[in-house]
Parts: sequence; C-alpha cells; structure tokens
Amino acid sequence: MQALSGIDIADKIETAVPGSILSSDEKGILVYSKAIPGVMKFLKDTPQFDFNYLNSLTAVDYFDYFEVVYHLTSMKNKQSVTVKTRVNGRDNLEVPTVSNLWRGADYQEREVFDLLGIRFPGHMNLKRIALWQSFEGHPLRKDFL
Amino acid sequence: MPLKTELVTLNIGPHHPSTHGVFRMRVTLDGEIVKEAEPMFGYLHRGLEKLAEGRTYTQIIPFTDRLDYVSAMQGNWGHCLAVETLGGIEVPERAEYIRVIVGELQRIINHMLAVGFFLTDLGAMQTPFLLMFREREKIVDLYEMICGQRFLYNYMRIGGVSHDLPPEFFPAVEKFMAEYPAYFQEFEELLKGNEIVQARTIGTGVISAEDAISYSMSGPCLRAASVDWDLRRDVPYSIYDRFKFDVITGRNGDNWDRYRVRMKEIMQSYRIVEQALEQIPEGPVQAELPQLLRLPEGEAYVAIEAPKGEQGFYIVSDGSIAPYRWHVRSPDFINLGAIRDMIIGTKIADMIATLASIDICLGSVDR
Repeated sequence: MQALSGIDIADKIETAVPGSILSSDEKGILVYSKAIPGVMKFLKDTPQFDFNYLNSLTAVDYFDYFEVVYHLTSMKNKQSVTVKTRVNGRDNLEVPTVSNLWRGADYQEREVFDLLGIRFPGHMNLKRIALWQSFEGHPLRKDFL
Repeated sequence: MPLKTELVTLNIGPHHPSTHGVFRMRVTLDGEIVKEAEPMFGYLHRGLEKLAEGRTYTQIIPFTDRLDYVSAMQGNWGHCLAVETLGGIEVPERAEYIRVIVGELQRIINHMLAVGFFLTDLGAMQTPFLLMFREREKIVDLYEMICGQRFLYNYMRIGGVSHDLPPEFFPAVEKFMAEYPAYFQEFEELLKGNEIVQARTIGTGVISAEDAISYSMSGPCLRAASVDWDLRRDVPYSIYDRFKFDVITGRNGDNWDRYRVRMKEIMQSYRIVEQALEQIPEGPVQAELPQLLRLPEGEAYVAIEAPKGEQGFYIVSDGSIAPYRWHVRSPDFINLGAIRDMIIGTKIADMIATLASIDICLGSVDR
C-alpha cells in the first residue's frame, strides 16, 4: 500500500479544482473548506485516483482553528491519501458534507458535530450521536473541562 | 369492509437480551415488516478520547482493552502499533510473534462469540452459545497463564509485550491446538446443515458490495459482501507477511455469508497460530524505552485488521508524554451505519438476526 505524497498530487487537484489547495507536504494536502465537495468528488471519481473507500473522518481542536482530517484509500490502486481542511475561529464552524459521496461519513460527521461542534451543511440528519439531544456543549473541545 | 391498519412504533432496548449491549433501536412496524428504523446509542459513551488526552501512552493501554472488550488484545495491539509507528520504535522479534499468537487466538474467541450470539438470536437458545463458550474457556485459561487476566488483559506495551510466555504455556497451547479442530468440526456438523438456520439466514440482511464500500464497512461484513479486502494481506503490518493464510469472501452479503465467513476465518486464524508457534524465536519481549515515553511531534493513522473490522488509531502528538488528540476509528460504529439499509423492508425477526450478524460491541461503538 502506497501512501501518496501530497506534493505529487497537489498540481493535479489544483488544475481540476482551481483555488482549492492551501498547502501540501509529503504527508497530505490541506484544502480550503469550501473546496471540499469538489476536491473529494475529483479524488473519488477520477480513474487515476479512484479513492472509493473512506477510512476515517475526524477532527482536531487546535485552539485558533479546527482541522477536519479525512483518510482515503483506493482499493484498486492500493494507495492512500490524507486530506485536511481547516476552519478558523470557534463558533459557527461549517465544512460541507461528504456523506453524499461516501455514506460512511454519515455517522462520523455526526460524531464530529456532537463532540467538537463543527456543522456539516448538506448532511441529512445532523444530530448528536453519542450524547443525548439536550446536552449543551462539545466535550472534546479543549475549553470543555 | 377495508381493514384498518396503523404503524406501530416499537422501542427495542437499551436493556434487551438481543441487542448485544446497551443499544437502542426505535422501529416503526407495519405488522411484522420494518418500515423505518432509528438506531440510537451512546449509552456506554465514557469519553475515552477525552480521557486519553491527559494520560501517557502506556496509561492509555487499559482504555484500549475496554474499547472492544470482546477482543481486547487487538485493541492493545492497534494502539501500540500506532505509537510505535509515530515514534519509529522497533519491536523485538519474539514480541511480534507473541502478539500474533495472542491476537489470532483473540480472533478465534471473538468469532466464536459472535457466531454463538448470532445463533442465540436466531432462536437456537443457548446451546451453540454455550458450546462456543466451552472452547473460549480453554483459550481464556491460556491468557490467564500469560498475563493473569481472563478478560481485559492490559498485556501489550509500547515496544512489545509486558511478560514473556511462561514455560507452562507451550504444552497447554499444544494441547488446545490438538483438540480444537475436532470441536470445530462438531459445531459445523451441528449447525451448518440445519435447514432452519439456512432458511432464516440465506437472503436476509443483504448488502451489496458497492453499498458496503460506500458505508466504509470493514472486516467480515465487508468480505461477506464479496469485497476482497483484508488489512493483514493488503496493508500488511507487524509480521503478517510471513504467514500463509487465505482471505475468505462471501458471495451475497447476507446473514448466511457473514456467518460462514466468520466460521472459516476461525480456521485461518488457527493456521496462523500454528505457523507462529513453529517459527517463534528466543529473545527479549520489550524494546528498551524510557519510563516516560515522549513521541516526536507529528501524527499518524494506523489501522489493524481487528476481528470486527478495520480498527484505526489516529494519534496527534505535540512532543509531550501524552497525546494531543487520540481518536479511535471503530469498526462496528461505522458498520452500524449500514444497518438501516439492511433491515428496512424485512421482518422484525430478521432485523434481530441482522443486528447480531454485524457483530457490534458497544464499548467500541460508543467509546
């Protein structure tokens, strides 16, 4: 299994979805959150990449910004890639959903919303999943003590 | 005169003998047919990911036991592997072989339990379940010999395992390996040809290969839907490239296929344990590491083929003794995403069987 370097694929993604790449290094690529639907669809549908399997979708709280991390795998090409996006601030955080591309994103996006408070516009059923509906706050945030 | 019908909303769980833990499902029924289902869980959410942020990497190992508590050794293994990958730590050979032996024995236990509970939910009452438990007891006695614990082991450490195998382990495991195939044959003969099992499981709880991939399913559920994907072969970790074993796939993605895939995987795990017992070398069982381990800054996502599927650990390190972020990619949490598709339109009895065949463990679903 080959882990694709972000530097190698950044040019192709920038050509297909202009203005999407914020930066890239050998670990993966960082894209603008508004470009997520375009970049993800490109990575999934282009035969050269064919990332048909979403391994994991999670998010991390870095105080000034939150980072949503996607790990994708192409079963046919035996390759994997890491895609990240950032949302700045701590309130009204939104990242477009990818649950229309990979239905496995459904529960994982709900979990990110529940525990970290990032909304995913376009998600059919964005409710809390681990905590009860009337719970207030997002426990995995660094300021929830 | 037209017959008046109405939909009935039924709440199943969280306290229920057939939900495999504190799992709740609100179903809307039209007679016996499920029209709508809403799974609700979180009753066992303990905030393990938040707790891990304040603990050293070795202190997190007992948490990993309590994720999927039915296959605790594999939980330990995934976490240790992720930390070792991020820290560039090399594991001694003997420790790798010990990990494979205990890990594959754990897979045998897990699959036997899963099939035992599946058959209980089908209506075979407690008999297959207790037959499985009789065999599980023998393996659990082996674990007690190794680490003193029957159920939640806390056995693996960063860079190896905590204790070496005691001298009384080898004759005991040889005795188990000699007797096991006969008992396995007994289960197969009792259950595989039973026409009730076949009638109730063939064609129920179906999921297609594309849907399974789209739902990010993994493990036996994915392979039963005829997708040939096993992390031990396709993304090899540890020393799995030294063993010969087959990857079992099903054909239709129904309950019968998931049952058969698990049963056949038990014998493949048996093969791997046999090979590992022959090849195991002498040597240390833990790498030399400082008491308080600091990982370099960075992040890693490492996944293992746990018995329930792809169990991944995403660790972000800021250079200190505790992780900045610790996330578990839990296989049964994600496999559960497909349950609505698998049960809507089927009968309520099939729904119980389908839920059992996905093989969930609420410790891993809720974390």
